[in-house]
Amino acid sequence: MCSWIVEKAQLSGSGKGANGWFELTEANVVYDHPYHAQLDHALCIDFVNPGQGLGARVAVELTVEGALELIKAIEMALDRGRHLHPDVATPRVEMLALK
Amino acid sequence: MYRNIISEEVSHRGYNGEDILAYYARPAGNGPFPGVVVLHHMPGWDEWSCEVARKFAHHGYAAAVPYLFHRFGPPEQMDDTIAKVRAGGGVPDAMTIGDAVGAAQFLKAQPNSTGKLGLIGFCSGGRQVVLVASNSKEFSAAVDCWGGRVVAPADTLTPAQPKAPIDMTADLHPPLLGIFGNEDQAPSPDQVNEHEAALKQAGKTYEFHRYDGAGHGFFAADRANYRPVQATDAWGKVWSWYDKYLK
Repeated sequence: MCSWIVEKAQLSGSGKGANGWFELTEANVVYDHPYHAQLDHALCIDFVNPGQGLGARVAVELTVEGALELIKAIEMALDRGRHLHPDVATPRVEMLALK
Repeated sequence: MYRNIISEEVSHRGYNGEDILAYYARPAGNGPFPGVVVLHHMPGWDEWSCEVARKFAHHGYAAAVPYLFHRFGPPEQMDDTIAKVRAGGGVPDAMTIGDAVGAAQFLKAQPNSTGKLGLIGFCSGGRQVVLVASNSKEFSAAVDCWGGRVVAPADTLTPAQPKAPIDMTADLHPPLLGIFGNEDQAPSPDQVNEHEAALKQAGKTYEFHRYDGAGHGFFAADRANYRPVQATDAWGKVWSWYDKYLK
């Protein structure tokens, strides 16, 4: 953990952690040494709810290539959703679709 | 070599007078033995950090590994605790200094202590070695193993970690040994050069050893970055350093 690159996103939704489903409030996006993946650096995302304690966490540790594929997949899914359901598109989806 | 060793979990006084956990390993017998405070890496107070303490005991040192994440979560939830520490910007430097000095005082207070102490740390613990060694006179020798962010741009400093350790060089107390991999990017070879230049300019006693074919964390046998040839050589440098200054 030597680069200390941490970005935060406020969000809402649900995540399934070690103790079952819980309400999500934020995601911490980190580029640093992973805990588990056998990589020097990884794109790590912790979906958490700090108010529910340490265990309220869904964690992923991704290769850079995997993280970029994930971004593309999220954007494509949101874009398709916006076209299918334009009435429920959020400003955030609009912003992504404009990229 | 000391094949009879004792290791256990203890607690000792740390920052702000609070008790924290530590892993304590030492040779059996009356000694007396010099001590080493081991500052664990970001993966925490884990199996590897405890192995390092037992390695020091095997070589005739009493070693204490203070649990630097004590206030963030229990070691039984190490990965979740690490996530909390990194989301919060890391352990505050003042807390680290207090906990490391507490570990030093714990080792010194043991009846089989020579009173001489070393300090070693890995990864984020390497940075903390430079920090602690620049803010305490408890230690007679220090070893920084690939500490990242010893050199840190001003815009990356935070209230918890307000000053780059390189800017504390004038106050560095003990001789400093540095172990680095030339393929590492945190610290990068340029940052290691910058740190070395600061030590030289301040007239400090130091030795830096840089290894080709090695990156970050190349001592850890359970990681892909493990480099046994370079690691074995570098451990030899550590023993020579402590033999010179602690024995």
